[in-house]
Amino acid sequence: MTASVAVGARARDVVGTSPARPDGIAKVQGTFQFSSDLGGDGVLWGMTLRSPHPHARIVSIDVGPAWRIDGVAAVLTADDVPGSPTYGLISHDQPVFARDVVRYVGEPIAVVAADHPETCRRALAAIHVEYEVLDPLLDPEAAIAGTHPPIHPDGNVIRHQRILCGDPDVTGEVVVEGTYELGMQDQAFLGLEAALAIPDPGGRGVELHIATQWLHEDRAQLAACLDLPVEAVRLVLGGVGGAFGAREDISLQVHCCLLALRLGRPVRMAYSRRESFLGHVHRHPARIWMRHHATADGEIVKIEARFVLDGGAYASTSSAVLLNAITHTQGPYRCPNAVVDGWAVRTNHLPCGAMRGFGVVQACFAHESQMDRLAEACDLDPVEIRLRNAMRTGDVLITGQPMESVAPVERCIRETAALPLPDEPIGGHDHDPMRLPGGAGRTADEAHVVRGIGWGVAMKNLMYSEGFDDYSTARCRLADGQATLKFATAEVGQGFVTIAAQIARTVLGVDEVELDRIDTQIGSAGSTSASRQTWMSGGAVDAACRQVRERLFELVGAAHGIDPLRLAIDGTDVVDTAGELRVPVAEATAGVVIDETVEYHHRPTEELDELGQGRCHTAFAFVAHRAVVDVDPELGLVKVVQVATAQDVGRALNPLSVVGQIEGGIAQGLGLAVMEEIVQTDGVIRNASFTDYLLPTFLDMPPVVASLVEEPDPQAPLGAKGVGEPPCISSTPAIVAAIRDALRQVDGVGRRLDRVPVRPSDIALERQ
Amino acid sequence: MPVLTPVSLDDAVRLLDAHPGALVLAGGTDLMVEINEGHRPIGSGGDPTVVVAVDRIAELRTWTVDRGADTVTIGAGVTYRELLDEPLASLLPALAEASRTVGSPQIRNAGTLGGNLGTCSPAGDGLPVLSALDAVVHLVSAAGRRDVDVHDLMVGVKRTSLAPGELIESITVPLLDGWQGYSKVGVRNAMVIATASACLVTDRSSRTVRIALGSVAPTVVRCPDAEAFAAGVVDHDARTVPDDAVARFGELVAATSRPIDDHRSTAAYRRHAVEVMARRLLRRAFPGRPA
Repeated sequence: MTASVAVGARARDVVGTSPARPDGIAKVQGTFQFSSDLGGDGVLWGMTLRSPHPHARIVSIDVGPAWRIDGVAAVLTADDVPGSPTYGLISHDQPVFARDVVRYVGEPIAVVAADHPETCRRALAAIHVEYEVLDPLLDPEAAIAGTHPPIHPDGNVIRHQRILCGDPDVTGEVVVEGTYELGMQDQAFLGLEAALAIPDPGGRGVELHIATQWLHEDRAQLAACLDLPVEAVRLVLGGVGGAFGAREDISLQVHCCLLALRLGRPVRMAYSRRESFLGHVHRHPARIWMRHHATADGEIVKIEARFVLDGGAYASTSSAVLLNAITHTQGPYRCPNAVVDGWAVRTNHLPCGAMRGFGVVQACFAHESQMDRLAEACDLDPVEIRLRNAMRTGDVLITGQPMESVAPVERCIRETAALPLPDEPIGGHDHDPMRLPGGAGRTADEAHVVRGIGWGVAMKNLMYSEGFDDYSTARCRLADGQATLKFATAEVGQGFVTIAAQIARTVLGVDEVELDRIDTQIGSAGSTSASRQTWMSGGAVDAACRQVRERLFELVGAAHGIDPLRLAIDGTDVVDTAGELRVPVAEATAGVVIDETVEYHHRPTEELDELGQGRCHTAFAFVAHRAVVDVDPELGLVKVVQVATAQDVGRALNPLSVVGQIEGGIAQGLGLAVMEEIVQTDGVIRNASFTDYLLPTFLDMPPVVASLVEEPDPQAPLGAKGVGEPPCISSTPAIVAAIRDALRQVDGVGRRLDRVPVRPSDIALERQ
Repeated sequence: MPVLTPVSLDDAVRLLDAHPGALVLAGGTDLMVEINEGHRPIGSGGDPTVVVAVDRIAELRTWTVDRGADTVTIGAGVTYRELLDEPLASLLPALAEASRTVGSPQIRNAGTLGGNLGTCSPAGDGLPVLSALDAVVHLVSAAGRRDVDVHDLMVGVKRTSLAPGELIESITVPLLDGWQGYSKVGVRNAMVIATASACLVTDRSSRTVRIALGSVAPTVVRCPDAEAFAAGVVDHDARTVPDDAVARFGELVAATSRPIDDHRSTAAYRRHAVEVMARRLLRRAFPGRPA
């Protein structure tokens, strides 16, 4: 952790300090109510019947036997959906319930409601579905080649997009190429999907308490499927235990509301871990070919690339993930010429969509592996090759878009390089075998272990792209010296509830800031994703507070005969900058209510044209990672010893929160590097549990040394960039590069290790 | 579904006699996972309808040392956590090392050695140790007591030779005179099911080296060829072994394994891993090279 973080260093919890989270103690003590804790007397349980086949025609569904079980209150199928039979974030291609055909293992077919979860389980087991098993489409290349019949009316290609920039025929003196693969990563939030639906009398509406990332988008999709006016569907944020993109799509929302409306009784649903793996979208597995052309000095001349993302059975956000992937082909480096071809395709695998990093994780593993190859080919240090190509503000991207964000790439690299390397030798000063690769398994002795160092640098777009107006709404109400903030911003653990109050304290000078319930009784805040809420909802809170402050100044000015323009907030007081007046805000607002609601919009963006040209992104952030990894080459086991990082944050509104995002993101990047992968065989998930889907433990997660690069971005409302995604993007290639570095030291041979997660067998048995 | 909670061994035996198809619940770290995952349907049709919980039986939770026979007898209800405590950890270091690799602290507080045997997964962490030590398992039922060699108890993947109504009471292992250790390969550094594991024990008095492997066959397996070879090449007093003998030992161990490909790893890697672990364990046991 960086030494610059000091909790409570200043007297007031304004921006730049690190006050404790309002929900922190409750979460640590176990009293925080997560959405899975929702319930109450008389609440029925809902449960979902899912397809066991990756691709099959539904011949018949017999729900009769389920109805005959004591305690079963409802059994619903596709026939019971009153409104739109399908939903989706971008195209509405995913059925609420499969009707004629199932397209992935886990696709919902029916739901039941009963008095007890065990009754639900028996009811599901009693439903008889007859399938005619069809040939599944599992190879993305077959989807592209058109050799498999369409598995969906919308076809097997979700999106194809090219980027053509500069001279496609130019070549470089040095050429390196590789094909890179990423497995399917799960968001693996700890708080499983859960909701409580409470119907209005007469079925005229419904209130849904739900752990989600975007209340208003859920509401719009829900209202369409339920055939209710949008106003009749009210959403309240349930306690969210992590999101990472997996709560952007509909999972159990429609099912839970359908049951409640049908029965006129509250219904709760809660997924198990196994069901969670089936019930939400995942990170796109990808296969990426890249060829870099450079001068002999290592300056990038051209990049050629082909991306294939496996979107699984339904589109979700695949088209946007693809856009992100291909528009980040160059990474944080200048590149005058590019030829990029990108495909997002439909298969009978689990559906894929948003996950922290959103396409850029995939691109970054490829471009950073390429940068190391380029360094080797040019006989340059991995740091030097990156510095030579580092992007600066004003450079033009391969999409033709100028880089208008503050782009401190060089500074991120240099500050990371300046962070101290671990002073502990292999095995630690105390020679604890637990610290060696293999950990508790005691597989290695110190002599078997080699230490490597690797680098990764990344660029990440912030906010939504391609013309999407993902605005945020916030209301500030100042009454009797106390401010109340209202917004629909999903707090998923990232800490917006902390910084929203910090912003209000800073702008208004009041210490008492209340947060109203997070629900749909105000305009949309957009999604808690795309590293956007600090900028967007932070911008809306900031603007609402500023408007309230202007009215406060008018009030004080009128009362004291002073031009409001002379007034300012000084800590907790309104002061006259050209006189003696000093009035505490609480005194100035006694008996007065000032209320302002603001929508904050980022500047508009464009769609890419046919050649992939257009100002499609809003803003960017940057980050560098250096990983130190101990490797047991013979067994292929690794122990990440340290990750150092300097991250472009614009301005750290809450430094402790920023470091929390950095540490968590690096843990997720480490997981992708060496262990996290959903394994599917013939379209069937093989490891839908935390026994076999492995996440890093304390023994796997290294100390993080972080430096916050603070160059406030003039575009950002508070100078602050989003910080959530960059930590998990280039940490993955940095760790893999460190493994390659260690192996090279053993025998001088460069291993490709071009697939993540890197498996022990890839290290121990791969000889090339 | 009734859960019966006997507090004495006699009561447990009586209950199992009355309900021979009952599920025996000890720490629950295997059984509850299977139930929660729906792998073991309960309470309907021909499925078990009674659970006998044995965690309240004090007799199962003790261990004793017999200095005359140089053995330790461990109650089936002794937890991994207790196997990590002194003096047991020093008496049976390989069992302590294996216990440390099991799950998280919470799992080690609940899971028991008897449960490990009862589940009889080839990946059971305690089992290679019991195999290498030639443990004797004491079974009890309404018909009386019988002792069985641990290798005769483990008959297949999650299959034992336990008769209906029979309960694992305790396990006796010898106190050997020599180095012993356990190694386990997994994809992360803790809390992981074994991709492959190995336990090597040495005994100066009988001049033997024994090695057992986990996760590379339907049950834990011993490596007789490698053991016979090792007996002829190691020096128990000087604690030496030549490098080429270490290499050969690894090959012989790998040849004994019969691993499979599954979602956790490949047969090729597992075979490789046991070879490497065998070499390293033998070298740890005999760190010197003969002059």
